[in-house]
Amino acid sequence: MKKDISIKVCMGTGGIAAGGVEVMSSFEKALAGAGIKAAVQKNCSMHKVGCRGFCARDVLVDVTINGTKATYQYIKADMVERIVADHIVGGAPVDEWLVKDDYHTFHDKQVKVVLSDCGEVDPEDIDSYISRGGYEATKKVLTTMTPQETIDVIKASGLRGRGGAGFPTGVKWDMAIKAPGPVKYLICNADEGDPGAFMDRSVVEGNPHAVLEGMIIGAYAIGAPYGYVYIRAEYPLAVERLHLAIKQAKERGFLGKKILGKDLDFDIKVKLGAGAFVCGEETALIASIEGKRGQPRAKPPFPVQKGLWGYPTIINNVETLANVPYIMRKGAAWYAGMGTEKSKGTKVFALTGKILNSGLIEVPMGIPLKEVIYDIGGGIEGGRKLKAVQTGGPSGGCIPSSMADTTLDYESLGKVGSIMGSGGMVVLDETDCMVNIAKYFLEFTKSESCGKCIPCRVGTKRLLEILTRITEGKGREGDIDLLETLSSDVKTSSLCGLGQSAPNPVLSTIRYYRDEYEAHIRDKRCPAGVCKDLLTYSIIAEACKGCTACTRVCPTGAITGEKKKPHVLNQDLCIKCGACFETCKFKAIRKV
Amino acid sequence: MIKIIINGKQIKVQPDTTILDAARRNDIYIPTICDDPRLEPYGGCRLCLVQIKGMPRLVSACTTPVTEGMEVETTNDQIERQRRTIVELLLSDHPNDCMVCEKAGDCTLQELAYFYDLRANRFYGERRQYTKKDLNPFIQRDMEKCILCGKCVRVCEEVQGVGAIDISSRGFTAKVTPPFEKDLDCEFCGQCVSLCPTGALMGKEALGRGRQKDVRKVETICPYCGCGCNLTLHVNRDEVVSVSSRPDTVNEGWLCVKGRFGYNFIKSPDRLKTPLIKKDGVFVEASWDEAFQYVADRLIAIKEKNGPDAIAGLSSARCTNEENYLFQKFIRAGIGTNNVDHCARY
Amino acid sequence: MEEKLEGIMSRYQENEGNLISILQDVESEFGYLREDAIYWISERLDVPPAKFYGVATFYAQFHLKPRGKDVITACCGTACHVKGSERLINSLLNELSIPKGEDTSEDLRFTVEKVNCVGACSIAPVIIFNKTVHGKMTPDKLKKEIKTLKGGEQQQVENSE
Repeated sequence: MKKDISIKVCMGTGGIAAGGVEVMSSFEKALAGAGIKAAVQKNCSMHKVGCRGFCARDVLVDVTINGTKATYQYIKADMVERIVADHIVGGAPVDEWLVKDDYHTFHDKQVKVVLSDCGEVDPEDIDSYISRGGYEATKKVLTTMTPQETIDVIKASGLRGRGGAGFPTGVKWDMAIKAPGPVKYLICNADEGDPGAFMDRSVVEGNPHAVLEGMIIGAYAIGAPYGYVYIRAEYPLAVERLHLAIKQAKERGFLGKKILGKDLDFDIKVKLGAGAFVCGEETALIASIEGKRGQPRAKPPFPVQKGLWGYPTIINNVETLANVPYIMRKGAAWYAGMGTEKSKGTKVFALTGKILNSGLIEVPMGIPLKEVIYDIGGGIEGGRKLKAVQTGGPSGGCIPSSMADTTLDYESLGKVGSIMGSGGMVVLDETDCMVNIAKYFLEFTKSESCGKCIPCRVGTKRLLEILTRITEGKGREGDIDLLETLSSDVKTSSLCGLGQSAPNPVLSTIRYYRDEYEAHIRDKRCPAGVCKDLLTYSIIAEACKGCTACTRVCPTGAITGEKKKPHVLNQDLCIKCGACFETCKFKAIRKV
Repeated sequence: MIKIIINGKQIKVQPDTTILDAARRNDIYIPTICDDPRLEPYGGCRLCLVQIKGMPRLVSACTTPVTEGMEVETTNDQIERQRRTIVELLLSDHPNDCMVCEKAGDCTLQELAYFYDLRANRFYGERRQYTKKDLNPFIQRDMEKCILCGKCVRVCEEVQGVGAIDISSRGFTAKVTPPFEKDLDCEFCGQCVSLCPTGALMGKEALGRGRQKDVRKVETICPYCGCGCNLTLHVNRDEVVSVSSRPDTVNEGWLCVKGRFGYNFIKSPDRLKTPLIKKDGVFVEASWDEAFQYVADRLIAIKEKNGPDAIAGLSSARCTNEENYLFQKFIRAGIGTNNVDHCARY
Repeated sequence: MEEKLEGIMSRYQENEGNLISILQDVESEFGYLREDAIYWISERLDVPPAKFYGVATFYAQFHLKPRGKDVITACCGTACHVKGSERLINSLLNELSIPKGEDTSEDLRFTVEKVNCVGACSIAPVIIFNKTVHGKMTPDKLKKEIKTLKGGEQQQVENSE
């Protein structure tokens, strides 16, 4: 029997970190082995594919034989030999290494548009993308549609900016086509800076051609001969694949002069960010491409009037652009059929934190939060209780567990005091302190503030100091009010989106967890047991077996004691790092 | 001209003006600390926030151009609350040593604190502390007093075309510095000093030589070259303690290092106060009449003996145009030679 | 140095717009932004050195001091934070005896730096050893990796002897 075999190995950042490169080469080696080579190799193809979302289970490997797919999880290089022997040669999958039901429930409620080809196509091979319908949208748009018709389709689809603000993409493009200027620019914003978000990285790593195709269509629609991708240098793999994709697209005539023989010239340059969160803001991003300090400037004039080098400029986020080819291929009505009345289509989220199945997911807009947490995410790690879900990163807020019915769309999230943001979704459980979370985000925004405007430069610093003293047990009566008024003033008076949204994590945690703030200030107690100045570690003598594990991990030598006798912890030396607490197998360390 | 409404009052302004400019021209006060009409708008201090009817957010008046029919409110409780918070935040990171600060009485921050009656501050915390002294000869840089309005950086680049300083780092630790935090090494035109709203940049020569209230201002023209820049001498007890220039002059308030900082010669003991005539190899003090007579006699004698072309006239760039005109006239018509030249000819 | 800088300059149009790209190349060529290199390029591009300094200190990726031979990057993204990245960083600094307030050991052997988020949140906490991403880090795994890095050097020394 002639076999048609395909092996797909996940080689996103997560896959490579888990050993994807070694797995891939083990397969190559095993398949080249005597006997096997003759039997299968001729009909066997190997593909590296981008992220399929479930990075926690990496390395994920798909083995498809004559159309029957089996997916393996947690694969290491030394497991490959057996898969080749039993499954590829022998035809019997190695059952105990296959994904279980939870892998399927992770995917069942997802609807994939942007991610539909991620994990399927080989991101380093343009033909792989073309074989799944890639660049068909480009051909369709360039040969059968006018720029205005293209914009009208995007308008009708209801696509809104996926970078955070949710501005309708079609309307933005319409403004660009009407903006007078000898030259226009289209910039793809891949400066994904929110901590806890990796949607854009995965899309560029997994399917860079979809982003390029979105840009080509956008360039045709607004009449921009030049494009830039502004991407974080912290994403080396994405950068590499992007460069490769641009090269391949040029070779095939999808980029360059007279694209597809039509009257469209479009060239894309890649600019690497140099490590500044604020450069995700449009005007700061433009300043950075111009080689300047990434300081935002006041709007108006908006970039669409006066952008890069002073010319009309459109800036779209990676996910926004990656949606475009699919919308053009399948039609506006198809896209608008998903989601809610005002939030159409799907949204990619990076589901992380204390969740069982962390990873990258794509869901229709309007899906209830609890379905994401419990069905897709499989609930909370370690059987603990959900406390809150943080969305929108440092510009967003927390949704408490009591509001898990909240649906995920721009409007509902705004109503509960959070934002959609770019799609970061960090799940917090009962062991997370909300004051500490707010402090974490302020620490972030304070150090990322560009320093141009006073409310953000000094305001975020003072907010952080107030939060810090609260977590250190030095909070004072009135501090909560002070946080609220200062937060509100910083939001109102800051120059750009960073400062205008920086206080959101503070306001939203006070809104839902005021009692936790009060416990820190009045009772000098951290209910979640996180803030280390409010904690004391001690050894429960009855439970201590004298195994000396804690003495070995203690960095300051605060724990002493003889073998097989209860140990003692010297409070003066203890720096409350918690190492002993985590090391003790006998629950003999008390944390209060 | 387009019509806009500010605080209920209809006014006509040129298109392409900003709200702040329009307000200034109509004598409507909007506080600002980072704007100067001679520089590109910056929008950094946020003190000029105003409310425009129909706009969801407050906008900065210095960066927002006027549009036909725009209705602007420059003050209300919400706006004043923001401004007050901003000044409080600035003061929470400021030495607040006004009683010994050179700038006292002439400081925008001090004025704002006074205006908002800020006696106590709700905010406190870490203050930037810098110990490094800048050893350059002219400009004292006290970066703890810097509020990062960026005027010095902008004037250095936009007006002077030098770019000797820029803002370095970011956020709370942002700081105006020369490259690699070295000592300032530039033309020392001092435009930055003239724009600094606080005591962060001061002329070293002026330190400790008198408060603004004691200073008498004397308008004059710079004697250093023929440009004729307008100067304002700040005089205390008959001594020039510093020099400035008004923005509404031909030189728009800009000066060079000589005009701004080169005034110490006035009180120099080496300065000539009467003409000197060399007698028996030694200079001896003389009266002006004596000196003129001596020069005239000698010139006539030389001309009679060797002809007018034996004489040449060399004039100075420090004279005014009028003086230089008269000088060449004197050489050409009075002496009768074309041998006349000038040190700034090149 | 000049030869290397000429090489970098030949890749770009000589204008201010490429300032950041040029600095990125200088950083990767020399490991940090050498002062003499900055002055050289400043003169070449006719852009004041203050501007270079402003840009170099604005972006987190640029360094003005030499860095360690091995660079260990700790991710401080939200997911890593809630999974204990702070403790990992403390133990790193401790293990490598890096003085307080510094990021590089005195012998220029190790540099420990923080990065906001490398986008590998589903395998948090993440530590990057010289560009290789290691997920689901624990203090124990960390110690092992450091041992390997240190051991690698010892072996080299032994081999050369």
